Amino acid sequence: MLDSKIPSGPIENKWTERKFENKLVNPANRRKHTIIVVGSGLAGASAAASLAEQGYKVKVFTYHESPRRAHSIAAQGGINAAKNYQNDGDSVHRLFYDTIKGGDYRAREANVYRLAEVSVNIIDQCVAQGVPFAREYGGTLANRSFGGTQVSRTFYAKGQTGQQLLIGAYSSLMRQVGEKSIELFSRHEMLDLILSDGKARGIVTRNLVTGEITSHTGDAVVLASGGYSNVFFLSTNAKASNATAAWRAYKRGAYMANPCYTQIHPTCIPVSGDHQSKLTLMSESLRNDGRVWVPKKAGDDRAPAQIAENERDYYLERMYPAFGNLVPRDVASRASKRMCDEGLGVGSSKLAVYLDFQEAIERLGESKVKEKYANLFQMYEKITDENPYKTPMRIFPAVHYVMGGLWVDYNLMSNIPGLFVLGEANFSDHGANRLGASALMQGLADGYFVAPYSIGNYLGGEKLAPIKLEQDPVKATTQAVKEKIESFKKIKGNQSAETIHRRLGKIMWDYCGMSREESGLKEAISKIGALKEEFSNTLWVPQDDKCLSSEMEKAGRVSDFLELGELMCIDALERKESCGGHFREEMQTPDGETLRDDTHFSHVAAWEFNTEKPKLHKEALTFEYAHIAQRNYK
Amino acid sequence: MKLNLKIWRQKGPSTPGNLVDYDIADVTPDMSFLEMLDVLNVGLVEKGETPIEFDHDCREGICGSCSLMINGNAHGPETGTATCQLHMRRFKENDTIVIEPWRAKAFPVLRDLMTDRTAFDRIIAAGGFISVNTGNAAEANSILVGKNIAESAMDAAACIGCGACVAACKNSSAMLFVSAKVSHLAQLPQGHPERSQRVRGMVTQMDHEGFGSCSNTGACEAACPKEITLENITRLNREMLRASLIS
Repeated sequence: MLDSKIPSGPIENKWTERKFENKLVNPANRRKHTIIVVGSGLAGASAAASLAEQGYKVKVFTYHESPRRAHSIAAQGGINAAKNYQNDGDSVHRLFYDTIKGGDYRAREANVYRLAEVSVNIIDQCVAQGVPFAREYGGTLANRSFGGTQVSRTFYAKGQTGQQLLIGAYSSLMRQVGEKSIELFSRHEMLDLILSDGKARGIVTRNLVTGEITSHTGDAVVLASGGYSNVFFLSTNAKASNATAAWRAYKRGAYMANPCYTQIHPTCIPVSGDHQSKLTLMSESLRNDGRVWVPKKAGDDRAPAQIAENERDYYLERMYPAFGNLVPRDVASRASKRMCDEGLGVGSSKLAVYLDFQEAIERLGESKVKEKYANLFQMYEKITDENPYKTPMRIFPAVHYVMGGLWVDYNLMSNIPGLFVLGEANFSDHGANRLGASALMQGLADGYFVAPYSIGNYLGGEKLAPIKLEQDPVKATTQAVKEKIESFKKIKGNQSAETIHRRLGKIMWDYCGMSREESGLKEAISKIGALKEEFSNTLWVPQDDKCLSSEMEKAGRVSDFLELGELMCIDALERKESCGGHFREEMQTPDGETLRDDTHFSHVAAWEFNTEKPKLHKEALTFEYAHIAQRNYK
Repeated sequence: MKLNLKIWRQKGPSTPGNLVDYDIADVTPDMSFLEMLDVLNVGLVEKGETPIEFDHDCREGICGSCSLMINGNAHGPETGTATCQLHMRRFKENDTIVIEPWRAKAFPVLRDLMTDRTAFDRIIAAGGFISVNTGNAAEANSILVGKNIAESAMDAAACIGCGACVAACKNSSAMLFVSAKVSHLAQLPQGHPERSQRVRGMVTQMDHEGFGSCSNTGACEAACPKEITLENITRLNREMLRASLIS
């Protein structure tokens, strides 16, 4: 069993307790410590800025051209915080409870409580940075509702909340770059983790412009490299989002926890053809005013306007009257899939349902609807050439986020001392399903308010020997990276990594997507094995790697996705229960809802890399404060 | 549909480049412009040729990575649209499309259609922030911001830092980019303590990076995928004047 290092005492006091127990580093000594941060999204940028402000020397690495282009920027709807500004019964305890329940009782209670606790500080910090959140006429902050909750606690900046929060964190980061307390390495991709005496002491990177491989050492390594939804090829993630930094750490011994927990977002623009390169999300906030429906009759090809009210099935309102269109994402996605499986899907592919704003436009007026969602409606129209003010949107679920990630303890440190993992890259807070507007909250909680304490504690308590670039662990790791690149060049096949990636994505979606079952997962594992073989025989990359080469970048990422996809299927096979986004067809209630098996699976599955087959470690999950029950949104 | 593409190929920052012809068939109206380039690249790889490098990431118009000059227009023919949101339904059979990188001294070409826009980051580092350390913040609702002011600040803050304004400008001026940030922060009460320092720092860095001067032609506003308005440049000039008067 893994030790999650949760502080003792009542849940309300745990974080205060831990902050007091933590060892500190004297301000004058902080500049003697170098901290490496990989990733510049919300978690990475906020951690880097906060650590640099405290006086540490920070090196930030991003494969992007600029930290501002990290994928956090694409988050639309908002960020949760237990401010209770709406006087509607919100509290730290309620946000904690909603998150645990939303995650289908597969998250660690103590972490989630801390997340809810610091959520209020995040909003304060962001406002101070100049994040232009939506306001009421009196000048106070406005809120909206999101799925899986019955209070209004989501703060937002139009449909660009992620962008505005990231720009806030990025501007803090750039201030430290200007003050020379952060050294920024853009267009640098982490390709390996350097361990010395079993501790994380550095990384090996490839300069994406020159192809140069270099090593960088320090006293702690922070991975904030995001999630791996792109293992499905088609997802709402940005094209470059990848698993490589986390996966290479896994191969060096960091445990990968709950890799099968995937979030399928219910409201995305459907696939339009074989050329499709990615999917586009339509924010969950739209379900505040949009009503989801399908025709009552299968095969009804009439235009939506010709289908009368009594011929429509507003199925979420019918099935879940208490939460209606605002049920959690996993529930909404499975309901859409069920409708389409029954032949009730709409549009030419029949793999879509309607999201209709007619009622909201009648109730609020078009200008009010425009004020709330203009950029989302415009985005929809650009992609589909249809005007959502006039005709309902067509939407379908798509892979959006992964709850799984590298295992971390309460201090956000992995099982490798000195390796901290923040944001979507870790597994910690969302259990088997994440609630809307909670990813931004977690990224910033980890970066602004948790990592600065935890990393200080680690550095204050460790005696680290100096590490030199010419020493063996550094040299050997750098050599291994170079050899991997050479191995891709030796194949000299005729397929791009992207072609193979697309096929991997199809396997993952078909067998390890919205629903999973034993024989399918076994088949997927064997298909992925064959695809790995094909990759190592038919890959083509340019022979010149000492230059900008996106084919070389993709080759490395796809080779990692192939291995990760396999582990996801192994994990999904092992977890013989349904919970949150992980739906095993063998385990469901009579009305098709997830059926957990708390006796056998109330644990975190943390996988250790092994050349033969991965080894499973477990962390038991106990619930002392949240009343464990079958989730009910009816 | 069939198209003739003329695409800028350039091996590296210091090597000369040229336009190369590519014919592409089977383009469908639902494809995005970048998906059309993906298809072209897969074909090149199958022939063992080096694919065309171009910047892109989110493909939903928010990360600001994509940056193509399409038939002489930054981000192509549609207004308020980033390249990644442009779809092939805007083109017709047998069209010739010329695709080039941003052209500006401050944005050197890295390879093919990719440029280096880190000058923008250095301008932000020179003042595009509010100095508030983590943990320093006051309770959020203790700072009141009028709804209209918050919305106007948000409109300026919507800038995605793509550089289309620079590419569209005959002088390669970065005034729209700089003004959007100055305007975002100067309108909010939180931004007031540092407003003079901010505008001076950013403008000095902008000049240092080699961006040209503004001559008020408005090409930047027309090219901006986020429709950032010239009003922001007016506000920047006012902030600059204010800073020089009180210093």
